[in-house]
Amino acid sequence: MSTLTLTLNGKSAEVPAGTTLRQLVAETIGREVAVDGTAADGGRLGVAVAVDRHVVPRSAWDATVPRDGAAVDLVTAVQGG
Amino acid sequence: MDTAADTAVPPLRIGGYELASRLIMGTGGITDLAALERALVASGTTLTTVALRRWATDTRASMVQLLDRLGIDVLPNTAGCHTARDAVLTARLGREALETDLVKVEVIADEHTLLPDVVETLEATERLAADGFTVLAYTSDDPVTALRLEQAGAAAVMPLGSPIGSGLGILNRHHLELIVTRAGVPVVLDAGVGTASDVTLAMEAGCDAVLAASAITRAADPARMASACRLAVASGWHAARAGRIPRREHARASSPRVGRIDPTPDAAGEGDAHGGQGR
Repeated sequence: MSTLTLTLNGKSAEVPAGTTLRQLVAETIGREVAVDGTAADGGRLGVAVAVDRHVVPRSAWDATVPRDGAAVDLVTAVQGG
Repeated sequence: MDTAADTAVPPLRIGGYELASRLIMGTGGITDLAALERALVASGTTLTTVALRRWATDTRASMVQLLDRLGIDVLPNTAGCHTARDAVLTARLGREALETDLVKVEVIADEHTLLPDVVETLEATERLAADGFTVLAYTSDDPVTALRLEQAGAAAVMPLGSPIGSGLGILNRHHLELIVTRAGVPVVLDAGVGTASDVTLAMEAGCDAVLAASAITRAADPARMASACRLAVASGWHAARAGRIPRREHARASSPRVGRIDPTPDAAGEGDAHGGQGR
């Protein structure tokens, strides 16, 4: 199976070709993500994704397959002033 | 006000958002999440700042879950950004992650002073306000910049009292009062609070709300300081509307002068408190 090389949160990551943002998010945070980009467990996901510095709305995660070499940032809320 | 016991403070409207408690709390500066939770509850806050960071392997999704559980709204900030460009991207990520149009725009000039870069802040505010955000703009205590931010679309301006985390309180009360007097949007004192009296002084100066983070989270007893700050908001808000007395050069007695008993003819021979009779 062919793979893509992404820069995920600043680090190089190999993922199977065709991996969608929805799969990438679910894999990274260890929670199931529904097709509409919400948490399958009903709670708030609290996560946002940017590809090459452009925010991809959660509703588009399932249909978005990052290109080879794309920079993907996956952020969440942490403590801060 | 009906009774002296009525210390309620009305909510504040910031753009389309209603802020129930005028003490906004920051969540940084404390590692013990249980202690943070106690402080959040004690503060009575209804809006709390969070930062946005890349998901790390040790990331716990607990901040959002904690605030959801406590029913506290989230105010994402753009802390750590040095340019308007980064602040705009961070704000958009915050909106997507937390499903809120609120953003505290914070663009820092350098890591040493942590003072706001007002040029970048102004640009970020303009772009984000145009993009539909309710922008709370963290800024210096410069009255000119505060007005410019308002004109750029800020829904509230957040001047600092003193540098972030310094606990130095309000260093330029005159400027803060000028900002308050001229502002057409709410003024939220942000940064520099060291203890509850700083919160009261800000409210007495006419601020509409206060943001406190380190003052609470880094206090020896965060929950107790959170309570103190909650009371300080109410105290200052009411004092600001109670019409304080003017400052006077000299003393002014509050007991009447007429009707006093005759002064003792020869006080020195009476053996009073100074006479050493040991009463």
